[in-house]
Amino acid sequence: MSATTDSLVIAHRNLIRMARIPEMLIFGLIQPIMFVVLFTYVFGGSIQVGSSSSTQAYREFLMAGIFAQTVTFATAGAGAGIADDMHKGLIDRFRSLPMARGAVLTGRTLADLVQTALTLLVLAIVAVLVGWRTHENLGKVLAGFGLLLLLGYAFSWIGALIGLSVRTPEAATSGGLIWLFPLTFISNAFVDANQMPAFLRHIAEWNPFSATVQACRELFGNLPPGFEASDAWPMQHPVWASLIWSVLILLIFRTLAVRKYRSATA
Amino acid sequence: MPGAIYAEGLVKTFGDVRALDGVDLDVPEGTVLGLLGPNGAGKTTAVRCLTTLLRPDRGKAVVAGLDVVKEPDAVRRSIGLSGQFAAVDEYLTGRENLQMVGRLYQMRAGAAKRRAAELLEQFHLTDAADRPAKTYSGGMRRRLDLAAALVVSPPVMFMDEPTTGLDPRNRQQLWEVIKDLVSGGTTLLLTTQYLEEADHLAHDIAVVDHGRVIAQGTSDQLKARTGGERVEVVVHDREHLATAAEVLRGFGKGETTVEEHMRKLTVPVTGGAKLLAEVIRELDTRGIEIDDIGLRRPTLDDVFISLTGHLAETATETGSGTGTDTGTETGTGTDANTGTDANTGTGTGTGTQTGPETTDTTGKETTK
Repeated sequence: MSATTDSLVIAHRNLIRMARIPEMLIFGLIQPIMFVVLFTYVFGGSIQVGSSSSTQAYREFLMAGIFAQTVTFATAGAGAGIADDMHKGLIDRFRSLPMARGAVLTGRTLADLVQTALTLLVLAIVAVLVGWRTHENLGKVLAGFGLLLLLGYAFSWIGALIGLSVRTPEAATSGGLIWLFPLTFISNAFVDANQMPAFLRHIAEWNPFSATVQACRELFGNLPPGFEASDAWPMQHPVWASLIWSVLILLIFRTLAVRKYRSATA
Repeated sequence: MPGAIYAEGLVKTFGDVRALDGVDLDVPEGTVLGLLGPNGAGKTTAVRCLTTLLRPDRGKAVVAGLDVVKEPDAVRRSIGLSGQFAAVDEYLTGRENLQMVGRLYQMRAGAAKRRAAELLEQFHLTDAADRPAKTYSGGMRRRLDLAAALVVSPPVMFMDEPTTGLDPRNRQQLWEVIKDLVSGGTTLLLTTQYLEEADHLAHDIAVVDHGRVIAQGTSDQLKARTGGERVEVVVHDREHLATAAEVLRGFGKGETTVEEHMRKLTVPVTGGAKLLAEVIRELDTRGIEIDDIGLRRPTLDDVFISLTGHLAETATETGSGTGTDTGTETGTGTDANTGTDANTGTGTGTGTQTGPETTDTTGKETTK
C-alpha cells in the first residue's frame, strides 16, 4: 500500500518538475516530428514496402516505427533524471525517510510514462496532419498505443539501471541513446525487413522493438498492400511477442534497478 | 540505560580508508552532542551510519531504542536528517517540498498540508512558500531543509554541518532555530567544523579525528583539560623575552610558549586575577616593559590543537599555513590522545593566535 502511495508521490514530484522545465518536453518532441517530416517527404517516395512504392503506403507503414522509436527514447529521460537525483543531496533525504525502497525509481518511470503518452499524443496529431490514417476500429488502435506505452515503460527501466550505473546525467543521456539507434534501425521500423540481407533480417525479426512495430501495424491497419510477414514467430504473432518482450524487459530491468538502488551507497 | 543515540565500536571502511575506526557515542535523551572535527575526520560517515544511509562494517548503533542495522525502517520513522547540502528539490516550491516529505513519512495528504503550512510559518518562509526553491537564498534553503527534517517532529535529529557556507547573520538565525528546537526536548547530534558552533549549541562535545572520538566532555571540561586559564604577555622589547619567560615559568602550570617575532609569551596558570597581578608586579620589578597582558580561557581551538596536534581546518583559513605545520611538528598532541594530564598537550600550535600578518613562525620555540 505504502509502496503505491510513495511511488505516486514521487511521480507527482517529477511531473511538477517536468511542468516547470517544459523545454525537456519540447525537445523530446522535436526529434520525432523531424523524423516524421523527413521520412515522409524525403524518403517517402523511394522506399518500397510490400509490393507498393506509393507515398501514402509508406507514410502509413512508417508511423508505427516512429511511434515505437519515440517511446524508447524515454530511456534517456529516465536515466538522466535518476542519475541527477542520485548525485544530489535529495537522495539522502529520500533514503532516510520511511518510504518504500523502489518508490524513487517507480515514481520516476511513471512520470516518464505520462510524458511519453503526451509526446505520443502530439506526434499522432502531427502524423494525421501529414496524412497518416488508421483502418481498424478504435479499440484496436488504442490497443496499439497501449503496446507502445508498455514498451516505453519497460525501456524506462533500462534507463533507470543506466542512470544508477553512471556518474553524471550527461553520461546517462548518451548511455541511454547510443544503443537505441542500432536497435531501432536494425528493425522493421523504417524499412521492410524482408528486403534486408538474411543475417540482418533475422536480427530484425527477433528484435523486441520490431514485434511492437509489427503489432501496431496490424492493429492500426497499416500493413502495406502485398506485404507478407515472414515466418519468424514474432512476426506471425506480433501482439503476443510484443507483450512478452515488454513484460520480460520490465521484470528483468526493474529487479536489477531496484537492487542497484538499494546497494548504491550502502 | 543507553541514550537516545548510542554507538559502540562503529567501524566503516571504504577501500583502504578507515573512515570510522571504532566510534563510541552516547547521547542522553534531550541533549545535544556536537561532533567536532576537521574535514575527513569521519563525522559525516558517522551520521550516515546512524541515519541508516550506510551500513557499518562492525559495531552497534541504537537510535531511539532501535537497532540501526536490524530495524532501519523503524529508525527512519523516528529521525530527522538535515544534511550538509540542502536536500530540497529546487524545482518544487517550499510548500510542495514539505508536503512531499510529509507524504513520504506516511502522513495523509491533509495532515501533510497542514504541517507544511505550520513549518513554513515557523521558519519564516510563508512569503516564499509558493516559489520554487531554486529562487531561495542559501539561508532560506537551509531553513527549508531543516523544516523538512522536522515534518514529523522526530524525537531524534541529526544535522550534518547545518551552517557550513552560511554568512554570519544566517548562521546566527539558524542557531536560534536549533536552540528553540532543542528546548522542546529533541535529542540532537550535530556535526560541525566550527568550534564556536559546538561551543554555542552543544551540551557535550565529542572531538573526532581519523575516525575516532579522541575526547569527549562539556565545553568547560575540554577546556579545563587543556590547562585552565592562560596568561598572555606581549613584551615591548624583544631582548626581554628570555627574562619574561623565566618569570612566567615561575608562575606557570605547564609549558611556556614563546612567539618571538610577536614578542608574545603564553603560559597556563591557575590562580586567576590575583595571580595576574603578581605576574605584573614581578615583571615590573625586573624592569620588563609590557605592551599587553591578559588572562584568557582556552578556546576550543586550543583544545583541538592540544588533542590532535593540528588546527581544525576552518581555523587554518584565518591562520597562516606555516602556523599549522609548526603545530604539528612540535605536536605533543599524540600524548594528549592517550593521557589525561591536562598539561601535556599545551604549547603546541601557537598559530591560533597568529593573525594573517604572521608569516614567519620559525622564530617560535617552546621552552620548558
